[in-house]
Amino acid sequence: MTLGVLKKKTWFSWPKRLGRDSLDGFYPLGARLVQELREWKGLLGEGVGVIFRKEVSDHFASKRLLILFGLVAITCLSSVYVAAMTIRQSAAEAAETGFVFLLLFSTSGGSLPSFLSFFGFLGPLVGLTLGFDSINGERIRGTLSRVLAQPIHRDAVINGKFLAGLYTISLMLLALVLSVSGIGIRLTGIPPTGSETSRLLCFFVLSVFYVAFWLSVSILFSVLFKQAATSALAAMAVWIFFTVFAGLLAGLIADAIVPLGSDPLPLEVLRHQRIEIAISRLSPSTLYYEATSVLLTPHLRTLGPVFVEQLEGAIPGALPLRQALLLIWPDATGLIAATLICFAVSYVIFMKQEIRVL
Amino acid sequence: MKDVVIKTRDLVKRYGAHVAVDHLNLQVFEGEIYGLLGPNGAGKTTTILMLLGLTEPTSGSVSVAGMNPARDPIGVKRIVGYLPDRVGFYEDMTGRENLLYTAALNGVTGQQAARRVEALLERVGLSDAADRKAGTYSRGMLQRLGLADVLVKGPKVVILDEPTLGIDPEGVRQILDFIVSLSQKEGMTVLLASHLLHQVQEICDRVAIFVKGRIIAEGPVEELSARIFENEPLTLKVRPIPMTDSVVDAISKIPGVSSTKKSGEYLFVTCNDDVRLEISKTVFRLGASLDHLSLEGRDLDEIYRRYFHTEVLST
Repeated sequence: MTLGVLKKKTWFSWPKRLGRDSLDGFYPLGARLVQELREWKGLLGEGVGVIFRKEVSDHFASKRLLILFGLVAITCLSSVYVAAMTIRQSAAEAAETGFVFLLLFSTSGGSLPSFLSFFGFLGPLVGLTLGFDSINGERIRGTLSRVLAQPIHRDAVINGKFLAGLYTISLMLLALVLSVSGIGIRLTGIPPTGSETSRLLCFFVLSVFYVAFWLSVSILFSVLFKQAATSALAAMAVWIFFTVFAGLLAGLIADAIVPLGSDPLPLEVLRHQRIEIAISRLSPSTLYYEATSVLLTPHLRTLGPVFVEQLEGAIPGALPLRQALLLIWPDATGLIAATLICFAVSYVIFMKQEIRVL
Repeated sequence: MKDVVIKTRDLVKRYGAHVAVDHLNLQVFEGEIYGLLGPNGAGKTTTILMLLGLTEPTSGSVSVAGMNPARDPIGVKRIVGYLPDRVGFYEDMTGRENLLYTAALNGVTGQQAARRVEALLERVGLSDAADRKAGTYSRGMLQRLGLADVLVKGPKVVILDEPTLGIDPEGVRQILDFIVSLSQKEGMTVLLASHLLHQVQEICDRVAIFVKGRIIAEGPVEELSARIFENEPLTLKVRPIPMTDSVVDAISKIPGVSSTKKSGEYLFVTCNDDVRLEISKTVFRLGASLDHLSLEGRDLDEIYRRYFHTEVLST
């Protein structure tokens, strides 16, 4: 044992890994946040900061997350590339809208869906990957009882893990949005306007919560099920149900409640539509699609069915951000509330659960 | 009189209709090694979890160093080190990193943590493997890392759940020696839960036989054996060489011997007093040698079997 060895291993050194130190250097915000969390020690309870740092470092070193992030990044970036190509071809039309930069995110070009659809579909997978074995994995490995025997509150474990997941999601998404923007500027030559930037910022916050919803779903399942494989499959089932089947199911139920004949009355069609939308809004995916569509497509002025009479006299134009936020307020709060409720449920269950593997 | 470190009064834990711990009254004194011995499912781990405040008692009270674990779990966990049975470590972290993590959870960081961890790794003999991933450790190494992990916080009380389970005999020896050194050199109080009675009986100052959530006997091992075998004849296992009829005959004539029985290479002697000295004298007088002479069934296994047996009969 030499002094050199001691010096190197000052606090928490993660030698061959992308750890805390490298993260801090890589992204100054990380250092700030870690520092703030350290000061929040009293507020969040002892140990949250320590667990948070370990979990973040685990996430960034985990192969499965890197693979998944690679998948999301490749699909999203390629869709943006195609979108940029489409925009270039019809630059004149695009310029008329005044929001060329946002088109990068919402345009589907040729055979590839838009960035928005790709992320709406694959984003949840990132959340599920981050959380599906967070609690039961520790239980099975026998580390949970050892960690809980240290002088920390029990909720430090689940809080630290959730915050670490949230932080990882934010960082990844930020990287994604920034690289998309970079590629977009390079390909189209058009920088984003102030209004577009603030819309992108809102989009970023919503997307973080969208992925965080799936993170809290997977944490809930990892609390409920003993086996990591079970919780992973259960979370995947919920994901597929919400992203694929919920929409179909909403249509079926609406058909059953208001059957539409061959020549339906307008009011019948309206009722049918309203029921279908109401049911599909139970799915967080729908909430996310609606909210982000409004944010990234400023000309979208309403969600749901509109009569032609209602549009009479309306001047086509973009919706100001304030109005757009008002329009998506229910969706956004619904999405955030779903995330928090899901986490709260897993928190309560975890706090009441027996430590032992029974 | 030494201070009482761990004390429970009428401690009860129910899981639905199942009573895991039934009116337990436990007293562990400072600096002693206390063995909580009983079969699997007796409620040992449940008791330990209640001592640490990791599970709430249904009724009754617990006090650890004057603190109530249900009210002040953090305070208790600050001074109590706990080694769970089947202890696990983060497999993709090295042994050293695992210990540093535990140190950080205890608020020990920086140079102080590094020094403490280094010393502990040295002490449990894992210095060479310290920078290998814990996933590559053998069962015995994990258990030793577990002991180091328990000591990272500098505890006053150490609770060990099945510390010798699944370890080879040499490893068991090392671990037991280590536990004894904790008690003798550092004055720590050690609570040991195990179902491997013969392994741990020799190091325990006092033991409690714990069956179905209740303590059915408590005290030093010798005292327990004296109490249970009070009115029972002793059985001696003797192997004189050669075992001729004249030797057997002479042994059976020793005062106090009530009967003898030959079984294979051994002679089992039932007697009212301990006549081991007389037997050896007799055997040597007849020109034979003595290959084996022992008092049968007075170890903890037998005590435990007896107590367990009476318990089963009475319920």
